Amino acid sequence: MLAISIGKKLVRAVAVLLVVTFVTFCMMFGNADGIAKGVLGLDAQPSDVQKEVVKLGLDQPLLVQYGKWLLGVVTGNLGHSFFTGQSVNEALATRVPVTFSLVIVTLILTMLLSVVIGVTSAIYGGWIDRCVQFLTVLGAAVPAFIIGVALVFAFAVAIPLFPATGYVPLTQDPSGWSKSIALPVLALLIGSVAGAASQIRGAVLDVQGRDFVRTLRARGIRETPLLFRHVLRSASGPGLTALSLQTIALLGGAVFVEQIYALPGIGQLANTAAQQGDVPIVMGIVLVTIVFVLIVNLLGDVANAALNPKSRVR
Amino acid sequence: MSSRPTTESVLARSRQPRRRRPLIIRLLVNPLGAITIAFLLVVVVLAVFAPLIAPIPPNATQLSDVNALPFSPGHLLGADQSGRDVWSRLVWGTQPTIVGALIVLSVSVIVGVTGGLVAGFFRGTTEATGNFLSDVIMSLPGIVLLIALYTLTGPNIPVAMAVFGILVAPTYFRLVRAVVVGVRSELYVDAARVVGLSNVRIIGRHVLWAVRGPVIIQSAFIIAAGIGIQAGVDFLGLGDPRQPSWGSVMQDSFNNIYNNPVGVWWPALLISLTILSLVLLGNVLRDELQSIGVKPLSKAQQRKLAARAGKSFGRPAPQHSSAIAVRDLRIGYPQRDGEILEVVHGVDLEVKPGEIHGLVGESGSGKSQIAFSTLGILPREAVILEGSIWLDGQDLLADRKKGAKARGRKIGYVPQEPMSNLDPSFTIGAQLTYGLRAVQSISKKDARAKLLALLGRVGIRDPEQVFRMYPHEISGGMAQRVLICGAIASDPDIIVADEPTTALDVTVQAEVLELLRELSRERGLAMILVTHNLGVVADLCDVVSVMRNGLIVEEADVESLFAEPKEAYTRELLDSSRSVEIIEEAS
Repeated sequence: MLAISIGKKLVRAVAVLLVVTFVTFCMMFGNADGIAKGVLGLDAQPSDVQKEVVKLGLDQPLLVQYGKWLLGVVTGNLGHSFFTGQSVNEALATRVPVTFSLVIVTLILTMLLSVVIGVTSAIYGGWIDRCVQFLTVLGAAVPAFIIGVALVFAFAVAIPLFPATGYVPLTQDPSGWSKSIALPVLALLIGSVAGAASQIRGAVLDVQGRDFVRTLRARGIRETPLLFRHVLRSASGPGLTALSLQTIALLGGAVFVEQIYALPGIGQLANTAAQQGDVPIVMGIVLVTIVFVLIVNLLGDVANAALNPKSRVR
Repeated sequence: MSSRPTTESVLARSRQPRRRRPLIIRLLVNPLGAITIAFLLVVVVLAVFAPLIAPIPPNATQLSDVNALPFSPGHLLGADQSGRDVWSRLVWGTQPTIVGALIVLSVSVIVGVTGGLVAGFFRGTTEATGNFLSDVIMSLPGIVLLIALYTLTGPNIPVAMAVFGILVAPTYFRLVRAVVVGVRSELYVDAARVVGLSNVRIIGRHVLWAVRGPVIIQSAFIIAAGIGIQAGVDFLGLGDPRQPSWGSVMQDSFNNIYNNPVGVWWPALLISLTILSLVLLGNVLRDELQSIGVKPLSKAQQRKLAARAGKSFGRPAPQHSSAIAVRDLRIGYPQRDGEILEVVHGVDLEVKPGEIHGLVGESGSGKSQIAFSTLGILPREAVILEGSIWLDGQDLLADRKKGAKARGRKIGYVPQEPMSNLDPSFTIGAQLTYGLRAVQSISKKDARAKLLALLGRVGIRDPEQVFRMYPHEISGGMAQRVLICGAIASDPDIIVADEPTTALDVTVQAEVLELLRELSRERGLAMILVTHNLGVVADLCDVVSVMRNGLIVEEADVESLFAEPKEAYTRELLDSSRSVEIIEEAS
């Protein structure tokens, strides 16, 4: 049952991947003249534009172009940048680790903090709960780029504790790395903890109101084991869903944060590539993000299925 | 519906606001609502009257004023690195920001609401397709797609905002679909269909009315998201460089942060406060439109309330040797306006050892409240205003720890709805064993043996197999037997059974009642049996207390109650139950 449901989810994920990349591909490669003009400059002669279109292979039917691109994806060749000639694989290989280290560190911290904050707030109620609710509204409402700028102002300009820009690879210098991602992670963390904590709080409150919790309490089980063994177990499903949605939101936030702190990740690359009209690079980044999102969703689904006895037995 | 009790209905009643004033008045009376609306009005005025308000054209540069400080002459908020007036640029930037947010709102409302209405109303494949699309869109990283879009369109904020509108449309879709599915199953839509109204008119007349509240609330959040993303896209430099906007002012000032550190404050504050106002207004709207209202009180507040009620806990113990005795019990629920809705008004109840005591009455008469308070499992919102519950010479209400100790050990609980009262994440065996070992020091092996024997006793045919099963794998009747087994496993003196047969099939009902009778006799168990069904009372009970509006109006042994009811209300109850029986037999 579990294997079948995972298989189904996998098929579905591949279908989503194909649909989304196809739509994006058609949108981006549909305007062949525009791309060629972008590469050559706005005052290029029409004949040169025509030549460039042929040179870049943009004169072929879209479906053929997409097929070629897809074949490239399968064989591990995502094409070359229109501008630098660098292969997209190479560009991504240096950029992806930066973004992922940012997202994954934030995600781990988000999990720890939001579970503690959300559960505490739901259990204790009273003024703790009111404070948490107020702060989570605040934290989730203010966009990541504003928090990022505020942190630059506070900890790099006003009190220079951290470097405002630049990235040090983990393998090169662990302490430099942690310093270089401290502010970016904090900028992402505030919003994602706020978002996840309020949803986890809601999930715990929801389970606490269920009939079976009342019955277990009436059977003499104390509050602490009741919380850890029964309530949190049932709340973990919705909690996981909240976390996987936050992960996707983190990927979006990373685009801004990389721009602010000049981190050489895929978000920053996407921004520069998009402004240049470097379609193969942008397409590669869309692919990487979609795959990442699908993997996160899939992991969330698998964990949920594993937690839910209905899909486990028989 | 009327057979479903009571605690829920009490809460629901206490949630209804007393007076219905127009929404806008209620928003303005609420301080948070008034402040946020005022701030948002200022923003709208800035957008509409920008040419009149802004002192200088937004792109006018003045080299002498480069990086001018805030409050310097001619520049309220200072000037940027090109000598442009920051205040004027922010004022001029308001309109495109608002327009962008409105594009997001209208596209997402049109796409999401329409999709939700269609999916919810026609169900089937339409709904499945809609759900699939909505899931896919929800899992897309929006900003990455907006960046990709830039390669296609160049700096074109309206198109980007329209695409973002589609990306957030699933929130409306899911919301509206859920509401429509709910409304659809309600009777009045069926009635409308029977009368011969077309689908379109049904959607227009009834469903749109039902979804308006949630849609209005959600819209506040969507506008906030729209402003955030628009400012973000401009901040990344993907907007039109010639047109000032909040995001582009932010970008300029950020690039200049080392020369003019305060410069980033103004756009950052304006964007954050606007978004915050919208989100807070959304929360106020939710409170006003959905009235989720009553918050549980803290312990200190509960004590204060009980003290204010005038009398204290801990009156002397009753003389009789009863299994359990309730004295002067008063229970209330705090309302939104700070008053307390009292639902149990001073009830005395006494159950002798081995006695099956029926507690009957209509929905909302307070019977479940009494049952829950003997177990200490009232909803968090409830407040015990006064009274005592005596068990073994101790007042369970005066000493919370004693109350907690009696729970499960001396008093067992059999709930109403069997399926929702078992934890779906654990096997039957695991949750029974864990519950038993929480109140008795008994080895796992012994607990298992005891529970298997008991499962057999309550009529489970293959205890070993059921032990390994999950709640979703067994029937309602079996689940109720499992719950009875859980209640009696720790050898309590009293069982509180709250409508133990209401949710079961008629054939199973009789078996479960018979089982309860046998167990009571075998073990000398006293029982408080909460029910609205006088048939059950006649069948099972020794003594009956009739409840009405939070009071016990009559108490008598079962024969004399049925033979010569003293109270008019009891007679009414008996008559109506007989006529129900006649109808049931006839059908």
